[in-house]
Amino acid sequence: MSDVQDYNSSLSDAAQSRKFETFSYLPALSEESTRAQIQYIVDKGWNPGIEHTEPENATSHYWYMWKLPLFGETNVDTILAELEACHKAHPGNHVRLLGFDNFAQSAGAAMVVYRGTSV
Amino acid sequence: MAKTYSAGVKEYRETYWEPDYTVKETDILACFKITPQEGVPREEVAAAVAAESSTGTWTTVWTDLLTDLDYYKGRCYAIEDVPGDDTCFYAFVAYPIDLFEEGSVVNVLTSLVGNVFGFKALRALRLEDIRFPIAYVMTCNGPPQGIQVERDLLNKYGRPLLGCTIKPKLGLSAKNYGRACYEGLRGGLDFTKDDENVNSQPFMRWRHRFDFVMEAIHKAEAETGERKGHYLNVTAPTADEMMRRAEYAKEIGAPIIMHDYLTGGLSANTQLAQWCQNNGMLLHIHRAMHAVLDRNPHHGIHFRVLTKVLRLSGGDHLHSGTVVGKLEGDRDATLGWIDIMRDSFIKEDRTRGIFFDQDWGSMPGVIPVASGGIHVWHMPALVSIFGDDSCLQFGGGTLGHPWGNAAGAAANRVAVEACVEARNQGRELEKEGKDILNAAASHSPELKIAMETWKEIKFEFDTVDKIDVAHK
Repeated sequence: MSDVQDYNSSLSDAAQSRKFETFSYLPALSEESTRAQIQYIVDKGWNPGIEHTEPENATSHYWYMWKLPLFGETNVDTILAELEACHKAHPGNHVRLLGFDNFAQSAGAAMVVYRGTSV
Repeated sequence: MAKTYSAGVKEYRETYWEPDYTVKETDILACFKITPQEGVPREEVAAAVAAESSTGTWTTVWTDLLTDLDYYKGRCYAIEDVPGDDTCFYAFVAYPIDLFEEGSVVNVLTSLVGNVFGFKALRALRLEDIRFPIAYVMTCNGPPQGIQVERDLLNKYGRPLLGCTIKPKLGLSAKNYGRACYEGLRGGLDFTKDDENVNSQPFMRWRHRFDFVMEAIHKAEAETGERKGHYLNVTAPTADEMMRRAEYAKEIGAPIIMHDYLTGGLSANTQLAQWCQNNGMLLHIHRAMHAVLDRNPHHGIHFRVLTKVLRLSGGDHLHSGTVVGKLEGDRDATLGWIDIMRDSFIKEDRTRGIFFDQDWGSMPGVIPVASGGIHVWHMPALVSIFGDDSCLQFGGGTLGHPWGNAAGAAANRVAVEACVEARNQGRELEKEGKDILNAAASHSPELKIAMETWKEIKFEFDTVDKIDVAHK
């Protein structure tokens, strides 16, 4: 049994255990990988959107919208700058990037770019 | 002028073979692969199939003259060679929409795959495809929620869903079973699943299973902060009992239940799907018995037909085969029927075995479920073949992890996310899969050991049921 590794997750250890959906089982996105994901959303023709929340309220469907979705925005730098601005205004919060597919009426992509500290 | 009655046996083709017929937009169309007895002309046997699956019987009857048989009959309007196989041919039959009760796939199948399949002039018969006209589609209830609603309910975007069938499939007590679910869910799965064989046996009655599994879901949700579900199988000996179990699942807050639509029956399935729609529940559909019907290339019902039947009867998930795992499934044919599950319009495409355009209008789509003998090494291919709107289910590939199923679940979750991230970056998953997984394993010991455990396992038998293509 010494070869078996324990799976470290618990109700009490929030920072280790709480996840926030797509890409939350990977290391936090670097700026380079965030750019690639933004490019993917733009290439798909989806509308980028930014949302944030206090980590303790992350299970709600509705996070706070950062301004409005960036309808028609295709400049990766502009979208990245908005993510940074949201993070700067709410440094303790999860900040997620979404790609809204208006034909499916669903997010085609959603990922947390800035991770707050879960509690 | 009115017809006169003349008793006796007429050749079917005099009435039911109409090569000049112009197909109506409202007709239900069917493509049969017919293997006739020797010496029976193609037109006669094709006309017989049209007759026996619609208005005809073996002899003229006087009551034929009381109705407008030309209006009600099905007719064979085209015959084609089967590429690469001289023993059989395709017959295309058009049925007027009025032959069928609205919203009843039961009624459609009773005609199209009824007595005709036992007809003596045939050596074998296979229903290859059905075109359901949009006029008929609109009479059916369809999937209870559909793909987008499921994503919204469960907060899962931009990646395939991840599941696991609990094993051993028979013999666990309810409490131990709930433990296996909890471990998978806390490790990062979206769903765990009742095996189809699990109904309400003496070793684990349904009600205890439901209670323990719900506790597992609640705890895993609190622990991970993510939404979770378990397909509670409500397949039961009677429809009343099925509904009782479904009601209880709703009462305890389960987001999704499960039904076996072929062994449980299509009336029960349609009833359950409608109930799910009215009660906000998701419905996962298993397909036990399908291979009995769809695996023989010359006889039975092709799975693309069973797929259309399920989308009409109702279900939010349907098992589709994996292409790469332990169970039968030709790649092109599978791509064809997963399109049939998900898209709103599917064009005729013989390279994928699709014989007709199919318009689903606004009917929601069904999520294809890839399950059976798959593990982390298959992940790049699975994400590439199935895309985001799919559910990838690793049973042995989760529970068989050397550190247990929380670790097994985490390994699969890391692998699927790494593949999605790489795909979004424009990388080719099926070519670069190994590099992508190796890189992901460098930060996930769970994935690393999973990759070491299953490295050598492959399932490379040739498929029995292939697309018909010339091979001579």
